[in-house]
Amino acid sequence: MAKSFISLKGVRKTYQVRGQEIVAVSDVSLEIDEGDFVSLVGPSGCGKTTLLKILAGLQSQDSGTVNIGEDGTDFDPARDIGMVFQQALLLKWRKILDNVLLPAELLGLPPRESRERALELLSLVGLEGFEDKYPYELSGGMQQRAAIARSLIHDPKLILMDEPFGALDALTRDRMNLELMQLWSESRKTIIFVTHSIQEAVFLGTRVAVLSARPARMADNFEVDLPMPRKLDVRTNREFGNYTLRIYKLLGLD
Amino acid sequence: MDWLKSNWSRFAIIVCMHMLVIVVWQIFVVVWDIPSYVMPSPSETLNSLLVDYNWVHNALITAYEIFGGYFIAVFVGVGLALLFSWFKLLNTTMMPLVVSLNMIPKVAMGPLFIVWMSYGVVPNIIIAFTICFLPILLTTERGLKEIEPDLIDLVRALRASRWQIFTKIQLPGALPYIFSGMKVAVVLAVAGAIVGEFIASEEGLGYLMLQVQVTLDTAAMFMAVLLITMIGVVLYLIVLVLERAFVISDSRVQ
Repeated sequence: MAKSFISLKGVRKTYQVRGQEIVAVSDVSLEIDEGDFVSLVGPSGCGKTTLLKILAGLQSQDSGTVNIGEDGTDFDPARDIGMVFQQALLLKWRKILDNVLLPAELLGLPPRESRERALELLSLVGLEGFEDKYPYELSGGMQQRAAIARSLIHDPKLILMDEPFGALDALTRDRMNLELMQLWSESRKTIIFVTHSIQEAVFLGTRVAVLSARPARMADNFEVDLPMPRKLDVRTNREFGNYTLRIYKLLGLD
Repeated sequence: MDWLKSNWSRFAIIVCMHMLVIVVWQIFVVVWDIPSYVMPSPSETLNSLLVDYNWVHNALITAYEIFGGYFIAVFVGVGLALLFSWFKLLNTTMMPLVVSLNMIPKVAMGPLFIVWMSYGVVPNIIIAFTICFLPILLTTERGLKEIEPDLIDLVRALRASRWQIFTKIQLPGALPYIFSGMKVAVVLAVAGAIVGEFIASEEGLGYLMLQVQVTLDTAAMFMAVLLITMIGVVLYLIVLVLERAFVISDSRVQ
């Protein structure tokens, strides 16, 4: 069997809260190929974020194994992970361009090339002409676009997104979904996308992994067989409906 | 009221308001015919500069003490806050101590400093420093805590060093808070230096005030107070200019 780009086996993580042991993630196994767009859905507080942090190397699992780059791709956890959170988390004292450049600075990438790349990325996410603005001069959606550009500046192989559109209004969210779909189709980066929205999960994902309520356990993990790149009208498809229904059922919402 | 917003009209207003106070002061003294040993007029006050009280030297000494104590306080305040934020153990053990030590009335410590270090500018600098460093420590500490944990995760995922996190994120993020503490500290530094001079000193404006008090040269006392105030204002302006240079207007703490 060919090895996967990312392979999680029996990952478990517990926290101690006031002497009590809280199981955040229990026995999660998942195989992700390079170029996959994996949507991670599940109820609030089900350990999705913990799972992302483990993947990012910010926390270590109590048991189980996490392997990235097992398939022979050369993977450097410092340089090959980009992150996007629910909040844009832009540095308010830096202009948009300098915000996008932050990871490049931290990694010591050549400034001139990085600058050019940052400008390209900004136009890719539709922020051309905003490089000299400060974050407070941008709307929430635009800030999140800048955050996405920032996550791409060092050309990482894996992008971890933790409910990146959770704080946006519904219309902006739809637009961002389309743009992310576009971005992914062009770059074919591996993306792990945590979301609460079942529609969003199915719309964007090549795979959807459903986690059950805490402790997070893999409830299901299936491929979304809808043609790419998808347009918003795919959401009215019968198949799309079947996928969402499948998730609703798993989460006990049918 | 747009004309109120331009820099020139603002400056004009500042000058006018100060002139107004001087005019009212002059009228007050003349109309009520107040003897000059109780309250000299502005012109009498100004005239006292002609008496050879070694004004320039005394003013420079006082300024040296204020600025010296103040800048030591900025470095120690910011430095300690940083150490406290880096080393939790240091914070838990030392912070309560710093707070209770700060409750010691520094004015009462003055005579002790003199005993330990004898006369001179050094004990006065130290008194100024001890009085004004705590607000800087506290606001910096607060500012360092304001950083979003997710943002720290984002840069830690890029394996940023502690120093990088400090210089690129923590310090610039804390600057608005540091400046608000620094503004409070200006007044305290001025008070501290003068208290030192009152207790024991052979030079400086505070020392001069005690000298001329004996001869009831109230005009010179007024002049000394005025000069002390001006030194404080100059220091405050320096802090304001630095704040304008380093903190974008949107995030200044008012």
